[in-house]
Amino acid sequence: MADEADKRNGTEGGSPAERLQPDPPGYFEGESMTRRRAFTVAAQGLGGIAGAAIVLPAVGFAVAPIFHRGKERWEAVGPVGDFVEDTYRQVVFTETESIGDAGKVTAYVRKSSKQLGEEPGQIVAVSNRCAHLGCPVRFVEAAGNFICPCHGGVYDFQGKRIGGPPVRPLDHFQARVRNGQVELGPRYSVTSQLEPVRARDPGEFTGGVWEYLYPPRPSTFPPPSGG
Amino acid sequence: MKLDSLIPAPLRRPAKPGEGDGARGPAPADLKTTPPERPSDAARLGERAKETPSDVLAWVDQRTAASGFLTGMLFRKVPKGTNWFYTLGSATLFAFIVQATTGVFLAMFYTPSTTQAYASIAHINNDVFLGQFVHGMHKWGSSVMVILIFLHMGRTFFFGAYKYPRELNWVIGVVLLILTMTMAFTGYLLPFDQRSFWASVVGININGTGPVLGPYLSDFLRAGPELGATTLSRFYAIHMLLVPGAIIALIGAHMYLVVKLGTTAPPWVHAGKPKNAEPLAQLDASANGSDG
Repeated sequence: MADEADKRNGTEGGSPAERLQPDPPGYFEGESMTRRRAFTVAAQGLGGIAGAAIVLPAVGFAVAPIFHRGKERWEAVGPVGDFVEDTYRQVVFTETESIGDAGKVTAYVRKSSKQLGEEPGQIVAVSNRCAHLGCPVRFVEAAGNFICPCHGGVYDFQGKRIGGPPVRPLDHFQARVRNGQVELGPRYSVTSQLEPVRARDPGEFTGGVWEYLYPPRPSTFPPPSGG
Repeated sequence: MKLDSLIPAPLRRPAKPGEGDGARGPAPADLKTTPPERPSDAARLGERAKETPSDVLAWVDQRTAASGFLTGMLFRKVPKGTNWFYTLGSATLFAFIVQATTGVFLAMFYTPSTTQAYASIAHINNDVFLGQFVHGMHKWGSSVMVILIFLHMGRTFFFGAYKYPRELNWVIGVVLLILTMTMAFTGYLLPFDQRSFWASVVGININGTGPVLGPYLSDFLRAGPELGATTLSRFYAIHMLLVPGAIIALIGAHMYLVVKLGTTAPPWVHAGKPKNAEPLAQLDASANGSDG
């Protein structure tokens, strides 16, 4: 070890030539760290700081969208009179702005039904995004079911899963009435009992312990009430 | 003229001891009776010109000492039984070079914007000279590369070539496989047609089904809660800049280890005794004798 040799210089040492060597520059009795070691630590520390100054902002830049929530967006999709209780009306509105048609989503909208035990006077807007892997489902009028073309997921009239691989009911959109117009807002997911929770991606379970295994993401909006 | 004289001296295969002509070639048998002819100026100029490539290489070699490495790499020994299955790694490398080359030329016409990506791909396919061919090479070449990687991996596995001391090369190879899959996944979105859009939606959602970290990974890939404009530029940057650099660096490490450690013989070739080995009994006897 060079450091050990530095310390020993002038005090002990093997050959007479070594013993005659003067102390290294800056040496003093009882020093805790040799000059060489101090410079090594300082150089590596500075290098580490310089590296972190480049890497950390770059990583933060790439990761930041996880923590960013966009502006809440509401869009009118038609007068209240257009929607009935016993069947859905298909509407298309923009969920993600500035990417053209790719940012549009389809919702199936109806009035809440007393027969199904729902609170009266509400607007129900069901997303057509399959809860399995995100393919677009279609409401089949004759069967009264939502059916997914990709892997055969089937949902009942309320959007609850009744067959196939989906892991939870279809998502909903927040809905409200302004000036006689039905407006649709942010997406939210529901549990198997149709309790609203924050929006989850397709394929993720909701309710119970799954709320912890698939934690809500900061980029999604709070559900309409509770959850 | 012998073909060997075309190869610059530093890269020529070293002669075995007792063979070869010496530095200046064979001496004329009757140097005394027939004096050597003086070549004309033009002939001498021609001789000089012939040596120019060799001179240039020697100049480089004196300053880099690369010839030792190159001869060691190019003339390294391969085991008995080496066969066509051993070319699958080189084939994968060739597929990667095709992807890199065609990718660079596709990037000259491609626009990574959600509103223009589809139109720019249509422009490449319909208007650009040989555009459909280059795009097709890139599209089908990606499948070829994935298939070749798995064949190469299967060869390594079934020939037992992953065993000591080559485990690290297996690990590097698995990382290269994952990076290639990342390339295939991110490249699929770039045409931004219906198929690539929905395939990416499904792929990102499969990522999201991983517990605890899955939802955040999905948000990271999409750069937000929904697939949008930033998703495309993100996939483009990963596909064009991030992963290719990592692949090139790891291919370098992979090939360094191949050259350094050598290749394995196929499992059906058994190691024989060296030709000039002494009989075992004699060795034992001499060892015992020195002990006693």
